[in-house]
Amino acid sequence: MSIPSTAADTTPHGALAAGTQAPDFSLHTTPDQLVSLSDFRGRPVILAFYPADWSPVCGDQMALYNETVSEFQKFNAELLGVSVDGSWCHVAFAHERHLHFPLLSDFEPKGQVARLYGVYREQDGISERALFVIDADGIIRWSHVSPIGINPGAEGILRALESLPQESQHG
Amino acid sequence: MADHRRPESEAEPADRVARLTVAVTERDHAQGPGDASVTLVEYGDFECPHCGRAHPVIQEIQRRLGEQLRFVFRHFPLGEMHRHAQHAAEASEAASSQGHFWEMHDALFEHQQALGDRQLAEYAGQIGIDESRLQRELIDHVHASRVRQDFMSGIRSGVNGTPTFFINGVRHDDPWDLDTLLAVLTAAAGGRPRTDA
Repeated sequence: MSIPSTAADTTPHGALAAGTQAPDFSLHTTPDQLVSLSDFRGRPVILAFYPADWSPVCGDQMALYNETVSEFQKFNAELLGVSVDGSWCHVAFAHERHLHFPLLSDFEPKGQVARLYGVYREQDGISERALFVIDADGIIRWSHVSPIGINPGAEGILRALESLPQESQHG
Repeated sequence: MADHRRPESEAEPADRVARLTVAVTERDHAQGPGDASVTLVEYGDFECPHCGRAHPVIQEIQRRLGEQLRFVFRHFPLGEMHRHAQHAAEASEAASSQGHFWEMHDALFEHQQALGDRQLAEYAGQIGIDESRLQRELIDHVHASRVRQDFMSGIRSGVNGTPTFFINGVRHDDPWDLDTLLAVLTAAAGGRPRTDA
């Protein structure tokens, strides 16, 4: 289901732009497992910040990415979902939706990584619906912030991956 | 490398209007004349309840617009969320290979709660096609690549969920209730509402 936006939710944002070094971070993906951005150096990474597990649009967005993970893998790219939900919540959400990619918990301090990337919404304590494509050298090559109620789809990600230099895709 | 900025990267607002990137051709499943004044493309999933609700809306629109409308259905199964969606899509392609796509399309939307493989074969029997051939083709995933081609054409066109509609190649982001969709299609068809339908 695509949910139409109710208002032009296009407030100016401070999302880190293409060309910027992607700030490193370590976040829990399960209660006992940490993932760092630098673990993926040598491969492209797609960071998909989303407001919350379980909310309808997020669910659709993650469901869509679940079906396109195999396309991202053709670029040797790793997809990481990020929200402020706790890791137990992520575990339940990923299990229920059969998600085949990690969900990272930007939970404590809350929203710290979203702030680093300029996509934290102070007014409601969640992150923007924001996408970053990071190349094998850790440089942001594309970023995009959607209106909060709009599922951005996967086309922008695929276009960004296609524009990466070949050596950047494979280290 | 860090200084190789891509100036186009941040410029998103201009392309907010999503367009169909793969044009409608002979390979598509279409109802209505090829030279109809308006073409409605649906990306759908046979197990998606929203698509199920859209099905009678589309049928009513087809009745009202008649020969002014060409309706095209493309597959967009979210198979991890709807566990029967992929096989249902393949079953419709199997029916298509026996010349009965639309009969199966309708049967699937009318039985969204019963889309297991056994039921798919039953529907094949009911619409009068070779059941065992359909079952074989499901097991061998004969039609999986065709379904995936539709899915990827949707992804590349900005489909972000189901159902997603394109009207004369432009994504329809407004609601798809009968009144809204009919009004938009009628306008796209040249604003000649039929009253005799």
